[in-house]
Amino acid sequence: MAMIDARPGRVRPAPENFLTDEQIAAVKDGRRDFLRKAFLTASAAMAAPAVARAAVEGDPAILELPQWSTTLGLPVAANPYGMPSKYERGLQRRESPGLTRVGGSSVAFTPLQGLFGIITPSGLHFERHHQGWHDVDPSKHRLMINGLVKTNAVFTMDDLMRLPSVSRIHFIECGANTGMEWGNVAVPTVQYSHGMLSCSEFTGVPLKDILDMCGADYKKGRFVLAEGADGSSMTRTIPMEMIESGEVLVAYGMNGEMLRPENGYPLRLVVPGVQGVSWVKWLRRIEVGDKPWATKDEAVHYMDLMPDGQHRQYTSIQECKSVITTPSGGQLLLDKGFYNISGMAWSGRGKVTRVDVSTDGGINWRQARLETPVLSKAVTRFNIDWVWDGKPAILQSRAVDETGYVQPTYGQLRAARGTKSIYHNNAIQSWKVVESGEVSNVQVL
Amino acid sequence: MSRFSKTLIALLVAGAATSAAAWERYPGVGREATPAEVKAWDIDVRPDFAGLPKGRGNVDDGMALWETHCASCHGVFGESNEVFTPLVGGTTQKDIETGRVAALVTGSFPQRTTLMKVPTVSTLFDYIQRAMPWTAPKSLKPDEVYAILAYLLNLAEVVPADFELSDENIHEVQARMPNRNGMTTDHGMWPGASQAKGGIGNGGTPDVKNVACMKDCKKEVVIASALPDYAQDAHGNLAEQNRPVGQTRGKPTGAPGEAAGQNGGAAAAAQPAAGAAATLALANAKGCMACHGVANKVVGPGYNEIAKKYQGQADAAAGLIAKVKAGGQGVWGAVPMPPQGHVSDEELGQLVKWILEGAKAQ
Ligand code: HEC
Ligand code: HEC
Repeated sequence: MAMIDARPGRVRPAPENFLTDEQIAAVKDGRRDFLRKAFLTASAAMAAPAVARAAVEGDPAILELPQWSTTLGLPVAANPYGMPSKYERGLQRRESPGLTRVGGSSVAFTPLQGLFGIITPSGLHFERHHQGWHDVDPSKHRLMINGLVKTNAVFTMDDLMRLPSVSRIHFIECGANTGMEWGNVAVPTVQYSHGMLSCSEFTGVPLKDILDMCGADYKKGRFVLAEGADGSSMTRTIPMEMIESGEVLVAYGMNGEMLRPENGYPLRLVVPGVQGVSWVKWLRRIEVGDKPWATKDEAVHYMDLMPDGQHRQYTSIQECKSVITTPSGGQLLLDKGFYNISGMAWSGRGKVTRVDVSTDGGINWRQARLETPVLSKAVTRFNIDWVWDGKPAILQSRAVDETGYVQPTYGQLRAARGTKSIYHNNAIQSWKVVESGEVSNVQVL
Repeated sequence: MSRFSKTLIALLVAGAATSAAAWERYPGVGREATPAEVKAWDIDVRPDFAGLPKGRGNVDDGMALWETHCASCHGVFGESNEVFTPLVGGTTQKDIETGRVAALVTGSFPQRTTLMKVPTVSTLFDYIQRAMPWTAPKSLKPDEVYAILAYLLNLAEVVPADFELSDENIHEVQARMPNRNGMTTDHGMWPGASQAKGGIGNGGTPDVKNVACMKDCKKEVVIASALPDYAQDAHGNLAEQNRPVGQTRGKPTGAPGEAAGQNGGAAAAAQPAAGAAATLALANAKGCMACHGVANKVVGPGYNEIAKKYQGQADAAAGLIAKVKAGGQGVWGAVPMPPQGHVSDEELGQLVKWILEGAKAQ
């Protein structure tokens, strides 16, 4: 377009510049109405007639050429392994203070509030270790297959990387994701409420191919034990049906490169739709057996405590779930007007077929756009238009999967399971927006 | 070239001989495992005790082993909440009779301890053998595992003080596990065949059923819970955990210093701190943080305590470097620090300097 766009927004100073230290102090004192006022002042200035604006020649970001337009930049390979811009440093994996007592058995959450699309950058993939992590020497790593097989076998990484490979995009979610929120709201942002979720392209070999080679006894051997090579030697029981379907992978690749050490370099199991603990990292052994193992993380943890005091054992599927990531808890809307509400939806039972969004706390809903690709047992990105009128609102998303399962409300989930479980909380998330533009975490029944 | 050593080729041939057909599809890939290899790694123990090694150990020996290998993290009576949730507590004689832990319903015990939850004694044997002690996993011999487990079970009064646990009587102990009847598999979240078809659970039927209502779905919106005030600031400055551009900004929260100047402030503060942050990362990477907190005791003293003790002693660093390298005990208590031989002298110098300067995170 040849015409200069004279809309005020284009010359408005960056919003962080209207927050003086006093105003920040005001937020801390609980005087949260100031932001609204600051915005009103700013928009009044912007709405002023063109004459009043004549003094403003234009945006200094345009009129004063920045240093990057007037000087020579850095040479190639200045960063041999590229890193994000320094301006992106706010988006990092973080621990939730007080959640765990030692860093070697803890969680670092993915900053979902800043992600786009469906792929999690490998450096931001959430971390959950039980006994610390190691950078395992791939030339010394082995995968052993034993149990109900004709041939107990050993594979090196050389062997595994020679076999026909597949690449598939899947989400991985810790069974305890959103676990802190079973009873009540506990954390401020989507990073801490939902950040034990990541989605990557994994490359590897279907476990079925390897078990075929070893002559697995598929008749008797209906369960498989996966075991890690780290100190915890994490062990989990996997159903043979999933392996026979070809979807369980022995993976070495993630997002085009090798797995990161924190995510199991050089080998991990990929068990699509199933909670992260079963995606055994630093995978060293697969045993075929005729019964489940009741390992520590099947008989002490990753079980759902019901109101009658019984634990549901071997709960593994991550049921259909979604969350709005923008706007989300701990954020500020800068002004009234248009917003692109954006979020993530996923189901351990297959594809997401639909996501509905409510801005009034669940009284009325509108169907969101699902962005491509929409893949089975992968994160699906959804978006929907929203014009904020400056009034209080409660934002929610509700996903439906291909089995027809509709993501439940907190009321429904608690009616079935109580509030004492730590695992498998897939309730509809609510974000409250108040007049000042502040967004916060609330639970709506 | 070692890959093509004579033994390996012999093994490959052996493997091929036993089941030629299976290997034919991908010639040259993989080999048969030797019995010794399988024995070295196949350490799992199932609820039916398949895989349980032969052996025995009594409560008395278990107590001594526990004090040396386990008490520093879990407490002398398995009661400590410092490093992990208590292992023992919350079970009663009545529970041992019924096989259901009542405190899981009443909430009468503040934590959910391991012994309150675990239904199968095999789980404890398997886990201690594979993963404990946390900083030296797989270092215990079977008899030691039996003894330690006997002590742990005695703490929970599952076995008497003069008990000797062995592969022969462990199934009798199973019949006394306090929560042995506390599990159900009647759910739809097992991703394999249903129980009726030899698997687990109901075959995938979910326990909640929502409907996708679109209009006038309810009369009022009930907010059951909101973020408590104290939790607002508990996760640091949210302004610094968001992008400086886009549809939204992060809300300034946290300690006053942190919030100043929003994103610009974060950038400025981050600069001089890089060295400290890198050293903290090094302390994490070298496993020091498994036993030391900055402000709190874990297994060893908190770094701040160490800094305080040696404050003003100019020559403290050299002695501490030597101490950490060689390990030792007695300065802070009876619990020893193992030798930290995997850390280079240069790194130790950096770590000790950082500890003595207050072990700052940034
Ligand atoms: C350096 C600290 C440390 C020492 C020493 C240690 N543990 Fe642990 N232990 C832990 C941590 C941390 C966990 C949790 C691991 C996880 O998250 O998977 C744990 C978990 C356990 C559990 C499982 C508890 C549960 O509810 O999941 C048992 C049982 C256990 N330890 C027994 C032992 C025994 C027996 C010893 C001595 C032989 C021992 N521990 C020594 C730190 C320690
Ligand atoms: C397995 C647990 C463990 C690990 C791992 C560990 N420490 Fe220690 N550390 C201890 C204990 C226990 C003590 C107290 C020893 C004593 O009382 O003399 C200690 C003491 C210390 C002291 C004070 C020594 C003194 O004489 O006052 C320093 C400094 C120290 N550790 C640094 C480190 C560093 C650096 C690392 C990592 C390279 C490390 N520790 C790893 C357990 C550990």
